[in-house]
Amino acid sequence: MGLMDLFRKKTPGDIAKDRLKLLLVSDRAGCSPEVMEKIKNDIIQVISKYMEIDAEGLDIQITQTESEGNNGNVPALYANIPIKDIKRSS
Amino acid sequence: MSEVIVITSGKGGVGKTTTTANVGTGLAQLDKKVVLIDTDIGLRNLDVVMGLENRIVYNLVDVVEGNCRMKQALIKDKRYPNLSLLPSAQTRDKSAVSPEQMIKLIDELREEFDYILLDCPAGIEQGFKNAIAGADRALVVTTPEVSAIRDADRIIGLLGANEIKQTELIVNRLRMDMVKRGDMMNINDVTDILAIDLIGAVPDDEQIVISTNQGEPLVGSDCLAGKAFANICHRILGEEVPFLDLEIKSSVWGKLKEIFKKN
Repeated sequence: MGLMDLFRKKTPGDIAKDRLKLLLVSDRAGCSPEVMEKIKNDIIQVISKYMEIDAEGLDIQITQTESEGNNGNVPALYANIPIKDIKRSS
Repeated sequence: MSEVIVITSGKGGVGKTTTTANVGTGLAQLDKKVVLIDTDIGLRNLDVVMGLENRIVYNLVDVVEGNCRMKQALIKDKRYPNLSLLPSAQTRDKSAVSPEQMIKLIDELREEFDYILLDCPAGIEQGFKNAIAGADRALVVTTPEVSAIRDADRIIGLLGANEIKQTELIVNRLRMDMVKRGDMMNINDVTDILAIDLIGAVPDDEQIVISTNQGEPLVGSDCLAGKAFANICHRILGEEVPFLDLEIKSSVWGKLKEIFKKN
């Protein structure tokens, strides 16, 4: 990124490219919204065993991340799970 | 040896038929024997874009069903002695033809023509499967828009799964003024995302509308779109042709203004 880019606002062209990149990762992974919903529900179940989470605020999506093994970008499952309260283990 | 090329896109209205008409005509101008097949059964369009709609007697479904011989259904373009069109049926639907029948039909045409171009319908259903069944090579047409590119990506995946070895990209309807302002994705953005070889970049050109209205493909004419299509034809033949400079030249004052706008 050049110095100029720091001051530059994202153009509609840039936004389109960024949106497409994300979209195509999940398209190519063949993850339908139904499958994502199932994954989400399973995650809620598992995490709920250990802590109280905000199921409404939970957000999961498939994105790209830099591979550690030099394979370039690889798909990654990203989950943002807001915790309400950490249960004390009994 | 003949080559069978399918022109496809997934999304409708991005310029498959226009591309088929112009690439086909362009290859005929280069002395190749070319036949264009409209595989969009029920919604035939290639005949009007080519200006041959008044000469249809038999169609693709007639040939497949044995109502006529291949020769009777082929329309010879009087402007180009090397160019023929096999029109689609207007009153039938996609299920009238199977992929196996398409392969058989194409094999018959291979004996006579150097290039067989298939104009594919939009979508990924039966019509698409029929169109790609006999193809050796695919040209994927897209525009620099999110919806068209998303569909193109899906199509590229399906072409790979169907073992079409050579798949190349045509980016159509580029608006260089918008690209310059950053309001539209540029060619590199599109090829980056789709990750296949680019074989053509065609600017949005009023002349295309005019040529379609008149039923005369504009390939080879002096306008930018005409040159871009002619270049695609040369690249199909394996020649290395540099990409057209579509940049709009701006004045020193214009450049200065842009620098200030960016910051």
